[in-house]
Amino acid sequence: MTYVEILAGGKGTRMGNTEMPKQFLGLGTKPIFIHTIEQFLLLKEVDKIILCCSKEWISHAEDVIEKYIANKENVFVVEGGKDRNETIMNGCRYIEKHFGLNDEDIIVTHDAVRPFITQRIILENIEAAKKYGAVDTVIPATDTIIESKDAKIISNVPLRSQMYQGQTPQSFKIKDLMEIYISLTEEEKKILTDACKMFVIKGKNVHIVEGEVYNIKITTLYDLKIANAILKERENK
Amino acid sequence: MINQSYRLVAPKQIRTEFIDEEITADCLFIRPTYLSICAADQRYYTGSRGKEVMDKKLPMALIHEAVGTVLYDPSGEYEKGCNVVMIPNTPHEYSSVIKENYLTSSRFRASGMDGFMQSVVKIKKNRVLPFYKASPNIAVLLELLSVAMNALEHFDKYSHLQKQIIGVWGDGNVGFVTSLVLKKTFPNAEIVVFGTTEQKLNYFSFADQTYLVNHIPPDLRVDHAFECVGGSGSEKAINQIIDYINPMGSIALMGVSENNVAINTRMVLEKGLTLLGNSRSGLEDFERSIAFIEENEDVRNYLHSIISEEVTVRSIADMHKAFENDLRNEFKTVMKWEI
Repeated sequence: MTYVEILAGGKGTRMGNTEMPKQFLGLGTKPIFIHTIEQFLLLKEVDKIILCCSKEWISHAEDVIEKYIANKENVFVVEGGKDRNETIMNGCRYIEKHFGLNDEDIIVTHDAVRPFITQRIILENIEAAKKYGAVDTVIPATDTIIESKDAKIISNVPLRSQMYQGQTPQSFKIKDLMEIYISLTEEEKKILTDACKMFVIKGKNVHIVEGEVYNIKITTLYDLKIANAILKERENK
Repeated sequence: MINQSYRLVAPKQIRTEFIDEEITADCLFIRPTYLSICAADQRYYTGSRGKEVMDKKLPMALIHEAVGTVLYDPSGEYEKGCNVVMIPNTPHEYSSVIKENYLTSSRFRASGMDGFMQSVVKIKKNRVLPFYKASPNIAVLLELLSVAMNALEHFDKYSHLQKQIIGVWGDGNVGFVTSLVLKKTFPNAEIVVFGTTEQKLNYFSFADQTYLVNHIPPDLRVDHAFECVGGSGSEKAINQIIDYINPMGSIALMGVSENNVAINTRMVLEKGLTLLGNSRSGLEDFERSIAFIEENEDVRNYLHSIISEEVTVRSIADMHKAFENDLRNEFKTVMKWEI
């Protein structure tokens, strides 16, 4: 089975004065996370979609899904965790509990606030996750990346041609992902802001799928303005 | 959902545009799998349509020849993954007299509305037909075939019954499928193809005879003719047809020309000829085309022979590669759509 987990746990603290978490704000004619879910819903390769959000927004998310999505029988809203990886794990635990787990089951995890995801990126994630077990979506870095350990002095300037920027989806064989997470110490969990990093620090290969520059994460009001500016209505010309 | 439309914004410039698509019950959502490039697309791509037309029509996604798989049917009639051909003509009214592709109110994909170069195509349900036997990389030529079917129907309706020799002028894609459809429809007729390139004429193995246009036997005559040349060659081709056609024959015109064409009307009158205009196709032509390729394995094989190149498209750079290569390819360039 191929599961999709949409990560919508963000609290929207970086969105200025808006009251709602960013994923629930409108983009064009509907909320951002609905655009994201719809892109996955179209694919026959996807069996079930789990939307993970914070407890207090679950009812709201369910109402909005009810309003916008007609074929919602395979969309489930689940409570997220205290951080990104705990949220991913909650989704995995939900799958294990309600649908059971097989060795070949994969999960495609994706930020709710990246609605410009394409069919190609999703399909390549599914294919690569089935084949390699762990996949990240990246684009080559265009800016030079600077490392500074004290935020004052540059400690390193890595070779740009070897640098990439991580996007989502990140996709995994669910059993592998859960096993690795369980094996982490609390200290390790604290420094892991990214699911792929779990595999890397445990010496496992994570394969790369090419993202798109426009697969942006809508994090700030500025991002939302840009997203609304590039989104057009279908003219009847 | 947010759709990506890969629109031509200026000659040789394609840009990703994001469209907020509404999901409505009367529409299907199709993921294109194969798209093929037509000369009409090239005229936009290279900018040869002229500034006025370009300014009016762009930005616009190109391509009106495409097949795909059903991603989502709100009504549940089509199964996900079903192979379908998409019909580019989009009628807005019904007439019992005028075919849908000639109604002035009809819209056409990649000519005033977005073509099929999109991540997902939202399309009215009655503009889609399923196919089963043909593989999608061959079925992508269904639109081209449907254009020949449209012309054939017109010809059959208005031409006289003596059809011993039918001439087809043009050794390109339209000439190929038209002569193929003619050979299958009138097996007893002699199908003679006239072209300018020996190498291309060699592909027309099913034709009874092929000639280079400057080596036609002087006493050869055809009962009817199809002009599949278009462009700057239209004038020479039509006038040559008028010279070689028997009295009261019909000439089916299929080639598009940007300029007016001067033809020998004196001989048109003297021979009592009928000139039949043909353009595009409609639903019924697609239905006949699907039956044609599903029933005839040899037709599928012949069609395969005119796919000069298949380009896998995963980026805008790949789209440019397909259009640039197409200018050099002898026959069709097909894009395997993986973007």
